[in-house]
Amino acid sequence: MSQPVDTFAKQLKPATREAVIKSAALTTGQRVDILSRDFEDPDALRRLAGQIKQHTLENLDQYLEQTEASLTKAGAHVHFASDVASAREIILGILQEHEVKTVVKSKSMATEEIHLNPFLGQNGIESIETDLGEFIIQIDDDTPSHIVRPIIHKRREEVAESFEREGLGDYNTDPETITRRARVHLRSKYMNSGAGITGANFLSAESGRMVLVTNEGNARFSMAPNKVHIAVTGIEKIIPKDRDLSVFLNLLARSATAQQITVYTQFINGPRPADKPSGPEHMHVVLLDNGRSDVLASKCREILRCIRCGACQNVCPVYRQASGHGYRAVYGGPIGAVLSPLLAGKESFGKFADLPKASSLCGACREVCPVDIPIPDLLLRHRERAKSEGIPSPGSPPMEPFGSLATSPALWKTSMRASKALNHLPLGLMPIKPLQDWLAVRTLPKWQGGDFRAWLKKRGKEAGDVE
Amino acid sequence: MSSDREQILTRVRDAVKTIESRTPYPDYPDDVAVAMNRLSGPSLWDNFAKNFAAVNGRPMTAHDELTTFLQEQEVDTGYCDPDLYEAFGKPLEALGLAIHKTYDRSDYDRYQFGITRASGAIAETGTVVLTDSETSDRLGALTPWIHIAVLKPSRLVRSIGDAIGTFGGESNIIWATGPSKTADIEGILIEGVHGPGEQICFFDESG
Repeated sequence: MSQPVDTFAKQLKPATREAVIKSAALTTGQRVDILSRDFEDPDALRRLAGQIKQHTLENLDQYLEQTEASLTKAGAHVHFASDVASAREIILGILQEHEVKTVVKSKSMATEEIHLNPFLGQNGIESIETDLGEFIIQIDDDTPSHIVRPIIHKRREEVAESFEREGLGDYNTDPETITRRARVHLRSKYMNSGAGITGANFLSAESGRMVLVTNEGNARFSMAPNKVHIAVTGIEKIIPKDRDLSVFLNLLARSATAQQITVYTQFINGPRPADKPSGPEHMHVVLLDNGRSDVLASKCREILRCIRCGACQNVCPVYRQASGHGYRAVYGGPIGAVLSPLLAGKESFGKFADLPKASSLCGACREVCPVDIPIPDLLLRHRERAKSEGIPSPGSPPMEPFGSLATSPALWKTSMRASKALNHLPLGLMPIKPLQDWLAVRTLPKWQGGDFRAWLKKRGKEAGDVE
Repeated sequence: MSSDREQILTRVRDAVKTIESRTPYPDYPDDVAVAMNRLSGPSLWDNFAKNFAAVNGRPMTAHDELTTFLQEQEVDTGYCDPDLYEAFGKPLEALGLAIHKTYDRSDYDRYQFGITRASGAIAETGTVVLTDSETSDRLGALTPWIHIAVLKPSRLVRSIGDAIGTFGGESNIIWATGPSKTADIEGILIEGVHGPGEQICFFDESG
């Protein structure tokens, strides 16, 4: 039996895997290029960003209240939502109050988390995704497989089929034609909707400024023609001061898409001025907890620094093979392997406890993280927790015999020498099920252990005492 | 919901209470994230123009250049900020283009270009800054395929950090770094998704 991520990866269509690998590898390379071209020491910048975020999280009670006060002062309405149900009810309440029948949405992972679209649909409100990738996900009734590139797993032929099916034009695989068709189709939606829903990339406690970045301009368009703007954002998005944004914006775009800065960066802390013709008259900010305060109390609080750039997904060898869908939750890749078991809640930790094991702990995710999250350490903490809670681990060979060996020096010494025999055994032919399962996906290198102690002893005699 | 508020704040307070030594807010210089290699030109405008062109924006300094470009694009109708009508709208009208000083949202597809003020620009990134104070109509700067942002030279700043320093009391600030773009389909870059497909910054030395 293999791990669930392995099983998923094996079943992935080769064309899909190829698409994911190609795009992820390309962005990984471009990210390194732009960071090293623009900064003398990009790592120092990543550590600085990590420290600002860690400081904010460790004082989040104070910054949360400051953010609320700043936003209220600027004329926005602030709502707190402790869980999914509460967030949905708040949003529905605002929309009903304004008699909104159609909303346009700009890409937001927080609204993915609360599965807002189906909920609004059940309540008679049409919710339209406007980011090109998210729009395609919506018409295909699919889920995003990457934080920044939601349709990284789709090829243009599939998109062309979807557009044809939805009556958006004849079958055409040209990305430019597809984009123009989406442009025309979605313009009428923006102009005829009642509210715009967005996420937020950052929230400044000092000014209440909510920062939104998009390349397509869909967040601008979700707001400009509409009377009501609702921003849904996790409580961990807060940063202390506006000046900190120069650190984060510079890192976010380079890490996510290898751009110096995302095309559109919006800073919003209130409704439009009364004398202006366009822009929302009402601004609502929904601050979502949904398990984040539990994460803050846990040993994995560093994960809340995450600014959702997707660099860890692009660089991860496991993500590249399994795609985001292999992680069975909203967040895939290394970030998902840490976050999903936490966001699942205390009782459901076990449901995702296999994810932290689906990693070789190679550390690439930590090296690229713009906020320096020690992801491999957090994965290990999860593994430790799974072990201590006695959660079964499908796909892992039994480790108890190794445990006994590793804790007894005499036994260890003997087995190290004896294991040389492994090199002469026909392992692939032995009818031992766990062994065969293990070997099915791995190649065992030649045994080279057992010589070190003898070598050291001999060396000591020849060269005198080792210092 | 006030009960949700209390619940969240209590949980957050309890969570951080257990942390023994808290990470301090780091002391760092304002210029920590400036990409100096992008500011090597002889003037702010030169740097801006180079970086703006690198993201496929069109820096312009002469009215002739703008007129020629619009004629090449075969446009016939545009929106113009009433304050910019004398300097920009009127000369275009004289060439036979229809200029609207009010944006009619029921006819949003009619405007092929929009002329509004920029509140600033950032040399380091090639970014145009738009604000509610100075944008006559958000839609006029957003829905047309071509957006012409008219910039006063004194408003050009060096870096992202410097631009953040000028925020003041603005409640809606938009930074536009080139035309709207996407790479959602197979990573292929396409310009002009929801926002303008052409972003012009006109350096208005008369202003």
